[in-house]
Amino acid sequence: MADQGNDKQGAPSRLETPDPAGYFKGESMTRRTAFTIGVQALGGLAGAAVALPAIGFAVAPLFEEEEQPWQAVGPTTDFSPDTYRPVVITAVQGIGETGKTTAYVRQGNPEITKDTKYPPESPDEYIAISTRCAHLGCPVRFVQAAGNFICPCHGGVYGFVGERIGGPPVRPLDRFQTRVTNGQVEIGPRYSVTNDLDPVRARDPGEYTGGIWNVLYPPRPSVPPPP
Amino acid sequence: MKLPEGLIPAPLRRPAPPGERTNGAGGNGKGAIDVAKEGGADVVGWLDERTGGASFLTGMLYRKVPKGTNWFYTLGSATLFAFTFQALTGVFLAMYYTPSPTQAYGSITHLTNDVWLGEFVRGMHKWGSSVMIICIFLHMGRVFFFGAYKYPRELNWVIGVVLLILTLVMGLTGYLLPFDQRSYWATIVANNITGTGPVLGPYLADFLRAGPEIGATTLSRFYAIHMLLVPGLIFALIGAHLYLVVKLGTTAPPWLRIARPKSAVRREEVG
Repeated sequence: MADQGNDKQGAPSRLETPDPAGYFKGESMTRRTAFTIGVQALGGLAGAAVALPAIGFAVAPLFEEEEQPWQAVGPTTDFSPDTYRPVVITAVQGIGETGKTTAYVRQGNPEITKDTKYPPESPDEYIAISTRCAHLGCPVRFVQAAGNFICPCHGGVYGFVGERIGGPPVRPLDRFQTRVTNGQVEIGPRYSVTNDLDPVRARDPGEYTGGIWNVLYPPRPSVPPPP
Repeated sequence: MKLPEGLIPAPLRRPAPPGERTNGAGGNGKGAIDVAKEGGADVVGWLDERTGGASFLTGMLYRKVPKGTNWFYTLGSATLFAFTFQALTGVFLAMYYTPSPTQAYGSITHLTNDVWLGEFVRGMHKWGSSVMIICIFLHMGRVFFFGAYKYPRELNWVIGVVLLILTLVMGLTGYLLPFDQRSYWATIVANNITGTGPVLGPYLADFLRAGPEIGATTLSRFYAIHMLLVPGLIFALIGAHLYLVVKLGTTAPPWLRIARPKSAVRREEVG
């Protein structure tokens, strides 16, 4: 094909000196190349028309914010400022026992945060600490005698306000938003905290919070913003 | 062990050396036994005429293997057998399994305790997964220590590594399916390890869980990955892996020196 132009024996004048070889005068592309590109583009479009919606269907949960209704966990008189009381809440609706999780709840205690870097607590608020270990998500337990949260899996230890004091965890224990309605303490969406207990959007266990880590572990649209 | 020649249909027999080739099926149609023999040959011949598959099969089955080929060379086939077995038992387990968070554990106890031989089939699938991973690593070790990954077989090594990763993904996703305490917490931990990858990790973990928490569709998602997505990929890559094995041939063990006559050693002068 490309040689056609070089064969000058009896060739019509317009074929005599194609430049570049194989092209007619003034052409930037042969007819065959144009059709090849066109057909491949059409095929690509047809493929994308099917594949893109299918992929979107599979990754849709990444962009949907999970509904987290407020759940009453008991009257305000149930909770003391000095120790935690475990409550069972439903983290995921409609899957029975599997969707349940435990939180430790107490009344705010100004004495604890006095002279610390942590934001001050008031007796009007209630603190709900998630049992999900900030290392890899095993359930931690509050040990009354030590006043610590201890993880059974890899030995993570947290202090009374959930701050990390030992083991592999990378940040303090997560918390839940709380409010009081009609004398009932209600638990809302989860949020994570930095080492100074500043709230950030909920992160998965194992992810650091604060500073550059908020960029390296970007916030996900599937969880609500922090309080 | 060899089948007697008479039992192999003519198109699938070892090709005769050039010069001795005869024409197609043996026998001239004499006697009942010959007719019966020809029957098989006819079926194979019919298929071969329409597919040309016989030359592919004979080329693959009677390909030359280097001297010194030994039992270590069967580890790849052992892995393939383990995969086939996992696929087979997996299909049968899928007939009884329900991938729903409320029913999965019940369906597993039902198929283990109530279905005839259920415990056996589930046990084979469970232990077979470990067998497959052990076989893969032994096979990988053989290839590594025999230097069989070297030119021109680098691509086959790369495909093999992808197959190894996919097999580990199979182990991970299959672990959740019984949906007991061990599966549940192991999957939580595995998901959170996934999430610790910088930048993309959190989104990947969300993708695996179908949301920020292990929820209603996490189990069916793992199930789909475990029995549809990854096995399909493994199947296709095993095809590519085997194609390259047949195409490139296997390597002789490293302790085998090629005996070269003096005349074969060529003197080359550079300059």
